[in-house]
Amino acid sequence: MSWESFLYMGGYAVYVWPAYGVTACVLVVNIVLPVLQRKQLLRELTIKQKRSQAR
Amino acid sequence: MSWIPAPVSRFFHRTSSPPYFYALADRFIPWLTIIFLLLLGAGLYGGLYLAPTDYQQGDSYRIIYIHVPAAWMSLFIYVLMAIMGGIALIWRMKLAEVMLISSAPIGAGFTFVALVTGSLWGKPMWGTWWVWDARLTSELILLFLYLGVISLYGAIEEKRAAARAVSILALVGVVNIPIIHYSVQWWNTLHQGPTVSKMDKPSIHVSMLVPLLLMAVAFKFYYLIAVLQAAKLELLKRETTSQWVKALLEKQA
Repeated sequence: MSWESFLYMGGYAVYVWPAYGVTACVLVVNIVLPVLQRKQLLRELTIKQKRSQAR
Repeated sequence: MSWIPAPVSRFFHRTSSPPYFYALADRFIPWLTIIFLLLLGAGLYGGLYLAPTDYQQGDSYRIIYIHVPAAWMSLFIYVLMAIMGGIALIWRMKLAEVMLISSAPIGAGFTFVALVTGSLWGKPMWGTWWVWDARLTSELILLFLYLGVISLYGAIEEKRAAARAVSILALVGVVNIPIIHYSVQWWNTLHQGPTVSKMDKPSIHVSMLVPLLLMAVAFKFYYLIAVLQAAKLELLKRETTSQWVKALLEKQA
């Protein structure tokens, strides 16, 4: 099977690939968002801690 | 509780302590990620490439490999949330509260995926993006239940009170789960009946069934990774002033 016929999905490409695309986006967001938010929170907490120690 | 063997109760006590859980999550996440990626790769390869084209639906049926596992996850995660809610209400266990609220966005995500992929499958096969039939409507209600849990938790300032309110909502909403599951049998709907759970004789060929099951297990592992990430964030948020978070910050600095 060639790449083209694989991507063509028997004529259903406009339905199959968006379905997979949406799924991928949702799954990625639900991992990346908490990781970024945690890193942000840790940065803020570190700054706060340094400030309180400097005092 | 004397009826629980000592090693088991010790395990629960230790695991449910936030710093121990945080470190345990860190240790497990890489392994879970490897297993998830392997299962995902095998499932996608089997489902999109190896599995034959359906004689009735052509290649459009390949949406099944994400649609059905996502729909299963949407139910599975909700039931887990209700169980966590019960534990949180009865034993006031902080970790159960954290796991409950951390599961909600992931469950909402899977419900959304089930609805969207179903719509993208329905258009070429049924000729419509959406019908108000029992299966689709009850799944949409499930999405609203998830969103309700998330916004209720966000609306109450005091997080332990918020967790109690959310636990009750999760428990009450669980009545929707059997309605979704049996909707295709109770009502005459456009949505097709069960194909896999007829265990004696599933009406799906092995070459199509194996990738479907691989994807279903892959999504379970995905859930574990995502819920641990979310739980780590939630624990930090709740315990910013505690000793173990201070120790963690010092270790990182």
